[in-house]
Amino acid sequence: MSVTHDTRVQVRPATAQRPALRGWPEINNPAAWIVASILLIMPLIANGFFLIEIFATTLILGTMALSLMLLAGYAGMVSLMQLTIAGFAAYMVAVFGVSGNANISLGWPWWLAVPMALALATIFGTLGGALAVRTEGIYTIMITLAIGAAFYYFTNQNWAIFNGHTGINTVATPHFWGVDWRADIPFYYIVLAVAALCYFAVEYVSRAPFGLTLQGVRDNPRRMAALGFNVNAHRVAAYAVASFIAALAGVLQVWNYRQISPGSVSVGACIDVLIIAVVGGITRPIGPYIGALIFVLLRTFALDFLVKIGLDGNRFRLLIGLGFLAIVFWSSDGVIGLWQRWRQSQRPAANRAGGGGRGHG
Amino acid sequence: MTRFVERHPAWALIVIIAIALALWLIFAVWPPGLEDAIGRKRVFLNAVFNGITLGGLYFLVASGFTLIFGLMRNVNLAHGSLYLFGGYVGYAISASTGSWILSFIIAFILTALVGVLLQVIVFRRMEGQDLRQTMVTIGLSIVFADLMLWACGGDFYQIQTPNWLIGPIELPLITAIKSSGEPVYLRYPLVRLVIFAASVVIGVAMWLALNRTRMGMIIRAGVDDRDILAATGVRIQVVFVLVFALGAGLAGIAGVVGGTFQSLSPGEDIRFLLASLVVVIVGGMGSIPGAALGALIIGLAEQLGSVYIPTYAIVVTFLIMVVVLALRPQGLLARR
Repeated sequence: MSVTHDTRVQVRPATAQRPALRGWPEINNPAAWIVASILLIMPLIANGFFLIEIFATTLILGTMALSLMLLAGYAGMVSLMQLTIAGFAAYMVAVFGVSGNANISLGWPWWLAVPMALALATIFGTLGGALAVRTEGIYTIMITLAIGAAFYYFTNQNWAIFNGHTGINTVATPHFWGVDWRADIPFYYIVLAVAALCYFAVEYVSRAPFGLTLQGVRDNPRRMAALGFNVNAHRVAAYAVASFIAALAGVLQVWNYRQISPGSVSVGACIDVLIIAVVGGITRPIGPYIGALIFVLLRTFALDFLVKIGLDGNRFRLLIGLGFLAIVFWSSDGVIGLWQRWRQSQRPAANRAGGGGRGHG
Repeated sequence: MTRFVERHPAWALIVIIAIALALWLIFAVWPPGLEDAIGRKRVFLNAVFNGITLGGLYFLVASGFTLIFGLMRNVNLAHGSLYLFGGYVGYAISASTGSWILSFIIAFILTALVGVLLQVIVFRRMEGQDLRQTMVTIGLSIVFADLMLWACGGDFYQIQTPNWLIGPIELPLITAIKSSGEPVYLRYPLVRLVIFAASVVIGVAMWLALNRTRMGMIIRAGVDDRDILAATGVRIQVVFVLVFALGAGLAGIAGVVGGTFQSLSPGEDIRFLLASLVVVIVGGMGSIPGAALGALIIGLAEQLGSVYIPTYAIVVTFLIMVVVLALRPQGLLARR
């Protein structure tokens, strides 16, 4: 939520202490090391269901939400089409690669189909972004939502490429060096590697000149234009970077489920990505992953939980919606904002300057 | 209008030629060559009428949306939920009392009440924070959608058309000439025409209310600069509540209309939200005539598209939006 004008003040303290944190802030944070090592040895702890359905799904959704976080948090543009870009990449993997629908799929090997899908999805997202940057603020939400919805209805109607509402099934997953990379453990590591790569890339971008310029554009586009920066070009470039991240997540998603259908690119799913990012917090790259974990846990266990306390198990979306409303109402920075506020109230004045900036969990 | 012609003579000429061509296509008896090329005239006329009447429905939904946006800068993404809510209320009323007219009145009142509650309880707290309001409306639309799914289930509902509106009427438009030389006239469902006429009446009434009454003057002033308006002593919160009630109520009416000539089911809320978004983006944010023009264009594009290029109908709608954004980002009839 830091993208609104009124909350801009909250972003400033974090920027002010940046010189102290040059380099990678994670190196000095014991919590980050603990999380990283837990994630690395996860296959030893969790069985197949938890590994894939919970953790890999969390990382995939988190990466999609990360691309939104990059746009919303650093560039001030809330795009609802990140899932659409991911879905487009997923469709392209299915169309160019091998799948059960032989009349549609071109049957390229995965190492050709995936770069093609990534490139096309990035182009798609960049074009959408170029359209969206012609307007500002809330208009961006509307236009990107319209793009997302149009894509959903288009996939539903088009049978030649997208195979209508049945979608494309049994998409082949990569097999090489004698390893089935869709088997639980290798797939988990692929997802983890991609998620970590995207996470650190976004964190790097946020401190690179490009990212700093973006944050300048977010805070005062007119001043940045006066300084000689091409505001719109930076925004479109941000869309391009975010699209690439979303496309990576989309490729992983199609490998995860082995199928893609209009249901996976529906408007509700587009909004879920926004919910994930906002619930987690869109000021830091870790936020989307926390949000995704909460979302996936809720989605998986809310049914059992609701039934256990004697309510209708189908009201999971109600729970999500109410939780989202509560977060938007009471915390402008999602769960990490709440966590930070709690820590600050625990530790008065003395530690506030040093410990406030990072909220790793 | 004359200013537009003076400033863009080429565009004005293109528009006039397009209108003339459209009128000729509608009124003239098609020569055989044309029928061979693009099919029967009856199909074309039906698509045009469906498009225009669908445009009327879109206008009802989008005008409330654009009114609320224009005054309060609040992109109400829960507008589709209000539409569906109005539809369900209308269905319940017409099923229990059998009165179609009553269902409009009750649906208007109840959705307007929901709108008032939303404005008083939720949006007043976060005035001026556009993005936060939009996020809240997204959350609300999820909650509403699930509550309505809970209450009404996933079935399709259709509101019963009253007896006096059932059946087609003959319009004085010739679709073909029989071999005996006898003209064949177009037959079209009466209910759709009545609903279209009603939406035109509502649109004109809204335009008059906005441009000829004191209240409308206040609302227009609020669209231009609400801070100065508040400073002149107008009780702007009351105006906000009224406009929100009107906008929400219109969505409710549109729900009953949509429930009568289409059907109500979960997912329709998103469809009509998308429609009003596109209509408003094309027509221009916050402009009632813009909403009318946008609704007409989108309705026609959707229906003609689904007749002549079935797989790509949605793309046509979308392309229109892209072209408008590329040429005139603020929308066709927006003032800025």
